[in-house]
Amino acid sequence: MHIPICVQSTLKKLAILSDAAKYDASCASSGTAKRDSLDGKGVGSAGGAGICHSYAPDGRCISLLKILMTNYCIYDCLYCINRKSSDTPRARLTPQEIVDLTINFYQRNYIEGLFLSSGIIRTADYTMECIIAVAKTLRLEHDFRGYIHLKTIPDATKDLIAEAGKWADRLSINVELPTQQSLKKLAPEKDTHDIAASMQRIHEKTEEYKAAKRAKTNSKPPPFAPAGQSTQMIVGADDASDATILTTADQLYKNYRLRRVYYSAYSPIPMPSLRLPAVAPPLVREHRLYQADWLLRFYAFKLDEIVDNQQPNLNLEHDPKMSWALRNPDFFPVDINRAPREVLLRVPGIGVRNAGRIVHIRRYQALRWQDLQKLRIPLRKVMPFVEVIDYFPNKYALENQQTFAPSQIQQLELFASPTATITGEL
Amino acid sequence: MRQITYPSSFTAFRKTARELLQQQVAPETILWSDSTTLNLSFEQNNAAQRATEASYFVARTFLDVAQTVACHRDPTKWERLYCILWKLTHGEKYLLHTGLDKDVVQCKRMAQAVRRDCHKMKAFVRFRQINDPTDPENPHFVAWFEPQHLIVKRMAGFFKQRFANMHWSILTPDDCVHWNQKQLFYAPGTDKSMAPREDDYETYWLTYYQNIFNPARLKTKAMCAEMPKKYWKNLPEAALIPQLIEKSMRMGFK
Repeated sequence: MHIPICVQSTLKKLAILSDAAKYDASCASSGTAKRDSLDGKGVGSAGGAGICHSYAPDGRCISLLKILMTNYCIYDCLYCINRKSSDTPRARLTPQEIVDLTINFYQRNYIEGLFLSSGIIRTADYTMECIIAVAKTLRLEHDFRGYIHLKTIPDATKDLIAEAGKWADRLSINVELPTQQSLKKLAPEKDTHDIAASMQRIHEKTEEYKAAKRAKTNSKPPPFAPAGQSTQMIVGADDASDATILTTADQLYKNYRLRRVYYSAYSPIPMPSLRLPAVAPPLVREHRLYQADWLLRFYAFKLDEIVDNQQPNLNLEHDPKMSWALRNPDFFPVDINRAPREVLLRVPGIGVRNAGRIVHIRRYQALRWQDLQKLRIPLRKVMPFVEVIDYFPNKYALENQQTFAPSQIQQLELFASPTATITGEL
Repeated sequence: MRQITYPSSFTAFRKTARELLQQQVAPETILWSDSTTLNLSFEQNNAAQRATEASYFVARTFLDVAQTVACHRDPTKWERLYCILWKLTHGEKYLLHTGLDKDVVQCKRMAQAVRRDCHKMKAFVRFRQINDPTDPENPHFVAWFEPQHLIVKRMAGFFKQRFANMHWSILTPDDCVHWNQKQLFYAPGTDKSMAPREDDYETYWLTYYQNIFNPARLKTKAMCAEMPKKYWKNLPEAALIPQLIEKSMRMGFK
């Protein structure tokens, strides 16, 4: 085992640099190229579903060693604990220390891999080179086959981005804030156009890699970020509406085929800038944004069905699908035995999985009310919206707002009510 | 009524089930038990019965579900599986397609519980390193784990692929599995005293766990849903949870 000579100091640095990394929400370790270490010299396997090795009391999973190389930074982004003007304690881990921590954590089955990010030191290119060096050492010297997520520095040159994608499973560039104006105000050194240009570069390289894979030539194409790219937006640090946030997200998905947009409720940071709100993080809002994001990606909802100019913010009381359903009572009831899949997906309480199961079962038999129970569909939630051969909803139920009083909703959903999201109570 | 002892493995179940089917023994006429002392054992009855020569084909999906359910700790799984098998071969060929039959629903839940336990085993096994003074380059990694179901053999392949170049052992109360970088070996279950109690590197892991936690967003129930308390006793970081929650409350977040 490699215990560094200066134990105290590596531990201290680990403490500072993991503390500094916790504001990045991503912890995904799924969806990369399948591999294992049977024909290798080192450790690691990847390519299946992600594995969450632990959970912290904040309810977030711990899948990767999520850490900054350094939290020294020449930028002064106001929402960031590591901004130049903050007096947070600083540290810098050597590449060897990061490599040793990753390998030792992995061997003990604590993690799926490494998520490495960094404050900007000297120049964007220098920082990017340091980050790449860690990944390259892990892959080449230790034949590490676990998951690597590298944060990409937006201003780094094209060649460095190409190099990063060679060793990483996933690359990410955080857009941080949904609009150019907010970014200008809160992160003066960052630029929306630079970020977009870098995302475009990653997107092109990813598409090239995919095309090469499809071409089925004898030689395997060199990998490029097989788990794609993701990004993160901070929610609640500026005055952007949910409509603005979701519009930006929708464009990012369309333009760069992002795997994920993460929404991170702005957490009051120690020693915050006076220009930022000092309130508890808007966790319910964050939760609603994720739900809306899911509707856009997996439920064929259009953006203007979720938010528009009249209603630029998501309803905190009801989830976005329920809100849509309440605004569109004429759409219901939906006949479970006849409605096409995309219509089933509009029913509050029916998810992608159950919509698929219903369509499958209908080929063999008509569904009854008790069958819905067997599928573990929340009956009280779907009650006003569906009909089956032995059940028809009360046509007044949808008009009666009492049916949807929050007290009843609370019993049906997990973490959906405002208080539950904050306290985590079921 | 025929008394049948619960099979000891999936292979044994297959054999028993095939014989029962060939003799047209309906599920409601079988009394399953885990006792081997009953004198009316199936073997003794066997000669008296006239087996038919009929052969049965069941869908691949049944075998997949059955193999998963076979790992469940509840021995009544065998009765349920035989019930399904009986229905599948007696006019209800499409039983599994809808999945609404009560035995199918129950078996699917059992299979789901097994799959979840498998996933949690991938996540929550924690190796501790034992250094061998005669071979310092090749330490032995040993884990103590208490799975909910009988999944050690099912999961051995995952750990073999991931830690192919490490010498490791996973000890559990049911079965133990060892990998010497060439071959897997199985041994009977053991107790926790056989596993190492500490690993110097855990200090780093605990430091990481404490610092990656964001005290401004306390969601204990969400944590417990994904990391149920029954697993905590073998997770070194779980000992920190009470003090982290307390810290968060002290800061005014609850």
